[in-house]
Amino acid sequence: MVLTALWTGMAALSLLFGAALGRMDAVSEAALSGAASAVELGLSMAGALCLWNGVMEVLRQSGLAEKLAKGFRPLLRRLFPKAGKDPETLAAISANVTANLLGLGNAATPPGIQAVRRMARGLDGRADREVCRLVVLNTASIQLIPATVASLRAAAGCTAPFDILPAVWITSFLSAGAGLLAETLFSRLGGTRP
Amino acid sequence: MKFTSWFLPVLFTCIGLWGLGQGVDVYAALVRGAEEGLGILLRIVPALMALLPAIAMLRASGAVEWLAEAWEPLWTALGIPPECAPLMLARPVSGSGALAVAGELIRTYGPDSHIGRVAAVMMGSTETTFYTAAVYFGAAGIRKTRHAIPAALIADLTGFLAAAWTVSWLFGPN
Repeated sequence: MVLTALWTGMAALSLLFGAALGRMDAVSEAALSGAASAVELGLSMAGALCLWNGVMEVLRQSGLAEKLAKGFRPLLRRLFPKAGKDPETLAAISANVTANLLGLGNAATPPGIQAVRRMARGLDGRADREVCRLVVLNTASIQLIPATVASLRAAAGCTAPFDILPAVWITSFLSAGAGLLAETLFSRLGGTRP
Repeated sequence: MKFTSWFLPVLFTCIGLWGLGQGVDVYAALVRGAEEGLGILLRIVPALMALLPAIAMLRASGAVEWLAEAWEPLWTALGIPPECAPLMLARPVSGSGALAVAGELIRTYGPDSHIGRVAAVMMGSTETTFYTAAVYFGAAGIRKTRHAIPAALIADLTGFLAAAWTVSWLFGPN
């Protein structure tokens, strides 16, 4: 629904400004060339996107994710003290976080759902702090290699599409940190219930 | 020769050797993954077709320039290029929609421009917040989400601001 509003708003704004500034010819032309450039953009990023997916599939099949996930458990046990007491939930959380780090979006969702379902037992439809924390961790991007956006840059003729990596890491770290901090602050403000 | 140019060749070699060592049919896995990539593309392109004409119209109408000029003090204060505003609106709502907006910015202004880089970093360090939250809360049957969404949106906002700042810091302003 938000996208519908955004799309309609953009169309209405361009009608308004196009009329006011007498640019309707250009606006109408842009609508058609925009649709054509959608196909172009899709095709130009197809190669890099598919290649990257292939690489990630090799990593997935080779069991790298499971090895990493084991290493993350001690840290996650601290972040999720209650859920961490159940080994199966902890394993699911750590598989979820690892897949997110590696950018395996499709592989992250199933263990994430499994974890949140186990954590929600006995909560009667009301999120507790650890459920909120897991959701915040998933809505903040902690992906180490943003491959899709790198293929976009490569498609636009960039010779070093990965030169944004340090900036992405710093930004992701700040963003996820702010999310977790906000979660803590809000829950303190909201009362003492865990 | 740039340091980052080493990234892919080294990565591919390491992954190939690692996969071989783990007894994975590396080539078959590559092909299977690439096939999945086509599926992702098939989801992205229709969204591009809906959004790119609207964005192109907006740009051609002069509305973007107006937005940039009228709100200049705000953008300058935040350090965010005004051209990135539509991306910030679309990002928490739709992954493919945001990708369309970011792709348009990167192509129009160039991947190595300030705007192109900020758009890429914004895209690469945030998630589709509302969609992800809906998936998890829905699956767990949670109706009272409490402070999860506000906290997640604060993470997004921090990401947008930090994207503009880190790009200015690492690549120089503009």
